[in-house]
Amino acid sequence: MINSEWMYWLIGAFFLVVAVMIATNQDHPKRAGSSAFWGLLGLCFFYSTWVQAKAAPAWILGCAVLVLVILAGFKFMGAGPESTTSPQERAASAARLRNKLFIPALAVPVVTVIVALGAPLIKINNKPLLAEGTATLTGLGLGAIVALIVAFVILRPVKPAVPFRESTRLLEAIGWAALLPQMLSTLGTLFTQAGVGKAVGDIFGSIVPQDVLIWGVVAYCVGTALFTMIMGNAFAAFPIMTAAVGWPILVQNFDGNAPAIFAMGMLAGFCGTLCTPMAANFNIVPAALLEMKNKYGPIVAQAPTAGMLLIVTIACMYFFAFPH
Amino acid sequence: MYVLIGVALVVIGFALRVNPLLVVTISGIITALIGGITPIDILNIFGTGFAGSRSVTTFVLVLPVIGLIERYGLQAQAGNLIQKLQKLTTGRILALYLVIRQVLAAVGLTSIAGPAQTVRPLVYPMAEAAEKRRIGKEPSEKAKEKIKGYTSSADTVGLFFGEDVFVAVGSILLITSFVDTTYGLSLEPIQLAIWAIPVGIAALLIHGSRLLMLDRKLDKLAGLDPNLRSRKGAQA
Repeated sequence: MINSEWMYWLIGAFFLVVAVMIATNQDHPKRAGSSAFWGLLGLCFFYSTWVQAKAAPAWILGCAVLVLVILAGFKFMGAGPESTTSPQERAASAARLRNKLFIPALAVPVVTVIVALGAPLIKINNKPLLAEGTATLTGLGLGAIVALIVAFVILRPVKPAVPFRESTRLLEAIGWAALLPQMLSTLGTLFTQAGVGKAVGDIFGSIVPQDVLIWGVVAYCVGTALFTMIMGNAFAAFPIMTAAVGWPILVQNFDGNAPAIFAMGMLAGFCGTLCTPMAANFNIVPAALLEMKNKYGPIVAQAPTAGMLLIVTIACMYFFAFPH
Repeated sequence: MYVLIGVALVVIGFALRVNPLLVVTISGIITALIGGITPIDILNIFGTGFAGSRSVTTFVLVLPVIGLIERYGLQAQAGNLIQKLQKLTTGRILALYLVIRQVLAAVGLTSIAGPAQTVRPLVYPMAEAAEKRRIGKEPSEKAKEKIKGYTSSADTVGLFFGEDVFVAVGSILLITSFVDTTYGLSLEPIQLAIWAIPVGIAALLIHGSRLLMLDRKLDKLAGLDPNLRSRKGAQA
């Protein structure tokens, strides 16, 4: 059975290549700090395999992660000089290659889908080829590799170093934001273990009036959205708000339709996800990828939609989930 | 109750625009210390947290191929393509993308698109090129920022409010496993997924109209530009 570890090693190797690229770039203003950051991040991806298998102590990895945060947080790292093609060169190249340029870009999703749908059907000795739940991730990794090969064929001749130089450019534009989603997931764990969830649940449970349906619905939906904004993840907020309000008040007290309440409670949480920098992989990483000046730009674009949708969710739950 | 100090630190840190990595790390450590977690356990949690969440960083594998075809003029070609499709304005492109993204997510194809796979290499260049064609010149920095934010929003809203309609998605399975084990219910994923449809349709209508209205916002941004105003005046 194949799990995702080979892909994490590939990512780790990629970060190491980026570190070498930066280390050998004489013109890089923050050569030492930047190559240390990406190099150490790459090593962490390898070492994690043994942490995950409980074969190596996790605190060493924890120390390494804190070093990464220091390198990034105190500006020891930064982007290097841009060296890519000029707009004129790009226009000329586009005129030559035309729509063939789209083939590698489209190869990524096509391969992803084929693997995601096809791989679970493949069995060897009655065991699935891929570990459960890894098919789409594996598909994305394979898609990236296949697309790169296709690109080499279409664009030839290309020096093997070129895609790595170009991806160093993209990765440096993303910078520290590349690490943020993983840090936030750790923060969620720390919050949960320290009892933040219980504290928030207690507060909501005690201030929500038990006898007026509309306030129960509002508290459940708004509470889940707000708590999701704090935790950055609706999955963390949902169980806590459901235990504090959703189950005891809405289902038990008001005899609500449980699946409807839970499904829409989760969606209320998604409205919160749209508005929080804590959901970095959805809101901050895209801004970094698009090289936006304002890293909160996607949130600004999403917040009005989230507000309106939260109202719709509350209304739907109030009117459809209870015996009126 | 004191553990909520950590939450307050996060809010303050983000509001003051301190580097988010620092904010998250420091408030995590302080919250954990208040909550009585030992320093060695905190380091362990940072380690296992990193190791267990590596999948969110998978998107970087797409960067080499994206960087390569960008170097060879991918964005320029996306622009060329849009030149021929006169009816496609920025708002319409993004609204169309929202529909596609949401429908694909609703049938379970969530990682077919995303910020690295589609937004940066394909959708944003088309959206920007459409605006360039419409106003007849390079859009201002401010307009580009607006288009970038809305492009990212179309991707995220489509994903969130599409995926919950699909029965095998993580959020649905989390609900069933949580309430089944905690409250002894036995909910079928399909019972939950059905209730995600009304809100999903509302999301499509609300965000779709906001994307279509983006064209008017961009008009305003371009209208503030004196060069364009005089050009329009000359045409009149």
